[in-house]
Amino acid sequence: MAEIMTIIGIWIGVFLTFSIFSFLYRDNPFYRFAEQVFVGLSAAYGFIYIIYNVLVPNLFTPVLSDFNQNWLLIIPGVLGVLMLVRIYPPAEWISRYPLAVVIGTSAGISLLFYLKSDFMNQIAATMINPFETPNVSAISGGLLIIIGTICGVYFFYFSKRQEGVFAIPSRIGIWFLMVSFGASFGYTVMARISLLIGRIEFLLTDWLHIIK
Amino acid sequence: MKRTIPMIITFIVGMLVIISEFVPHKPFGPIAGTLENWFLIIAGFTIILGVLSLIRMNSIKIKSRAENWQYFLAGLISFGVMVLVGVFWGMQESSGILGHGEKISAWLGTPPTKPFDYLFNNLFIHLSATMFSLLAFYIASAAYRAFIIRSFESNLLMITAVIIMLGRTSLGTIMTGWLPPSLQFLHLPRIADYIMMYPNSAAQRAIMISAALGVIGSSLRIILGIERSYLGGGK
Repeated sequence: MAEIMTIIGIWIGVFLTFSIFSFLYRDNPFYRFAEQVFVGLSAAYGFIYIIYNVLVPNLFTPVLSDFNQNWLLIIPGVLGVLMLVRIYPPAEWISRYPLAVVIGTSAGISLLFYLKSDFMNQIAATMINPFETPNVSAISGGLLIIIGTICGVYFFYFSKRQEGVFAIPSRIGIWFLMVSFGASFGYTVMARISLLIGRIEFLLTDWLHIIK
Repeated sequence: MKRTIPMIITFIVGMLVIISEFVPHKPFGPIAGTLENWFLIIAGFTIILGVLSLIRMNSIKIKSRAENWQYFLAGLISFGVMVLVGVFWGMQESSGILGHGEKISAWLGTPPTKPFDYLFNNLFIHLSATMFSLLAFYIASAAYRAFIIRSFESNLLMITAVIIMLGRTSLGTIMTGWLPPSLQFLHLPRIADYIMMYPNSAAQRAIMISAALGVIGSSLRIILGIERSYLGGGK
């Protein structure tokens, strides 16, 4: 029976793969069906994942196994339930209390996290001596890092109009950003092509058995 | 009461988290840890809120027989089935309310596969991989559009993208692998490495520093009650 279910699973996968690919021709009922199934399954996956990986280990199990030690967890539990009141418009304002806890905590965490890892550490990493190595490639690279970082940050400075001489660093910053966006674009293309190869491989290997 | 108390809560909670970083002793250290755990739990409920909202919107469309309502019904059914099997028999190592469902798992595959994992492997993975692989076709037209904007910046973007794609695949090695040692700096994988290591790092650093400044500013505005849009409209 397990073997039959595996084969049925492959055929369902093939049907859904072709349904999605049918959009390349034009919008059609098969694509719309697969799209909505995808939305439903994604929501269900997120829901079940949160239940088993966040709520059960952090809330339900501690409270049910040792209430005296973990009774304080009732508070986030109640606040979480209050958050659900948001779907009932007349009582929507009640959800502002749990939202305030979430927003306050995330604002505090973000402030500290970005201050340390993205601000201080990145500035410290840019304070390098590019001439400490005899390697020409490393020297030019070090100079590029310093110039690119300073000019890139300058580009994001919007408090003063960037004109004349003041526009030059901004323009250099744009060039560095374009190189970075080009690299990201290249990687995105490769990732999508890789997914496409994966789909074709599934069809040729698991379904048609052309590739062994 | 409806707006002021939430603002006070945000201020107190945000300040406690910040203070705990600089004063990691009692009572601030444990309080920050507790708040972070609470954040995780309440944020978990926000996912449930999103799911409830999705169910409500789909139900409204089905009830009112809106255009293409049949597809929304299919979405709702697929959601319901996956949630039910997940709640009954769990996922991966987690047990559901009916246990691990050994019999049904053995029936569904070798090695035993839980119904939730069966749906995940045979429907969700195929759908998500195919959906995202569709972009491979559209990205070609996006590249063409970027090319026809013939500015220096757009050329820089596309040349970098081509070098990275060639340099990170075997094609780049085939094209430039024959170059003599004196011209090895033109070796495409080497150029790709250089771009990733230096100009790309510099731009990423600039973005990170600038974005961090933005986040720090927004966080301070939220904690101090200057930014209140998260409270929504109304009194």
